[in-house]
Order: sequence, then structure tokens, then C-alpha cells
Amino acid sequence: MPDAMRIRANMQGEKVAVRVLMSHIMETGQRKDASGKIVSAWFIQNVVAKHNNRVVLDAQFGPAVSQNPLLAFTFAGGKPGEKVQVTWTDNRGESRSDEATIA
Amino acid sequence: MHHTRRRFVASSGGLTVLSLAVSAGLIRPALAQTSGAWNKAAFETKTFADTAKALGAADVPAMSAQVTIGGPDIAENGAVVPVTIASALPKTEVIAVLVEKNPNALAAQFTIPQGTDPNVSVRIKMAQTSDVFGLVRADGKWYYAKKEVKVTLGGCGG
Repeated sequence: MPDAMRIRANMQGEKVAVRVLMSHIMETGQRKDASGKIVSAWFIQNVVAKHNNRVVLDAQFGPAVSQNPLLAFTFAGGKPGEKVQVTWTDNRGESRSDEATIA
Repeated sequence: MHHTRRRFVASSGGLTVLSLAVSAGLIRPALAQTSGAWNKAAFETKTFADTAKALGAADVPAMSAQVTIGGPDIAENGAVVPVTIASALPKTEVIAVLVEKNPNALAAQFTIPQGTDPNVSVRIKMAQTSDVFGLVRADGKWYYAKKEVKVTLGGCGG
């Protein structure tokens, strides 16, 4: 089971500012290991953030996104106490979903 | 006695295979709706122009001062370069981040639903000093801005 994401969702005026730190190696597929063999690509491809079952951000990542992706965005319509849920899927079919309460 | 046990094992065996397949990621439970399947073609292009085309730009995108790129002038570590792309253009629907001199230009693309600010921050890898492009689709048309980021230590490994 992949490691948990750290999600912060805070009110910024009328809007909700979300910061997500994902835990993922984001291997590019360009790197060679000690024996000279290419380390195969392993990276998050899709990220979907939802609030009250409505998509508030939909992202596609390539291997050029840094290891342990940090993503930040802001959306309108959320209130303290409501939940923001983030789900990622990688190129091996693994997936992780976490949620945070809007503070 | 034997044949009932065999039938029982055979029927539960089918269920086990299915749940194993799900946990192995072979069959994914229906996910939240996404911008569609991962755009493989757009992540395999090398130039700004080809990437824009693969993302759906029919014409060459126009440079726009309404698209702004935040990021360091010099990146200390090419493996972790924080960039922010913001668009002041009305009806911004898509924001894409491109690094021209990376092996493949497209780093990430974001679909911005109504109600979400067209302003995203992400950390990217840069292989070498390069222009970082913010490519934006607003009201069906494509615009871009670029900023040169110098890289002292390249970030694609190898």
C-alpha cells in the first residue's frame, strides 16, 4: 500500500487553498542503476482532487514531475469542516486516495 | 464427497482470482472521473510546437502577458524546481507546464474546472538550463508564456 499523502486545505478568504505532498519515487526511466541497467519508469500519471464529490482539479503528470510531488491550487465553494479528497494513479496501476478536512 | 469439494473449490477459486487481480492492479475499480486517459502522445513529444499540437492546439499558440510563470531564475537543484503557472485569461480550462530542453517537453497538465483558480504550483525536474513554458487553453484558444530557468545541477538522473 503506497505511503499516505499529506494534504492541507485551508480557507484563504472565501476560497480554499490546497497543498498536497504525495509520496512517490517518480522514476523517469532515464536513470541507470549501479550495474548500468536502465531503471524502468515508475511515476504518478493521474491526480484527481474532489470536494463534495465534485472534481476541483484534474492533473496528468509525466516523469518530469519531481519525486514526492508537491501540488498546490485554490478553489472556491468550500467551507471549513468539509472534505477534500485526492486520488493518484501511477503507470503501474497503483493508486492512493487520501482526504483532509478544510480548516 | 470428493466431487462436491471440487465444485466448491472451483467456484470460490474464480472469486479469489478476481480479487487478486483487483489488488494486483490489473483490474482497477472505477475511479473518479478524470480528464480522460493519460495523454501518452502529449508526454512523448519533444518540442513546444509538437506538444501543443498533441494537447489539441490547432494553431500555434500566441504569447500572452496574461499567463505568468513564477519560479527561480537559477535552480539550485534541477531535480526539484518549483514553478507556478497562473492565467488571468477568462475561461482558462487547461494549464500545461513544458520544459523545452527535457527529453520530453511536457511535465504536467492540469484541467481547471469552473470554480478553481487557474493557478497551479508544482515541482518539476529540469535536465539543463531551459525555457519553462506555461501553455494555457482559454475559451478554446491556446496561449503561452515562457521564462528561462538556469540549472546548475541537472535533474533527470544519469
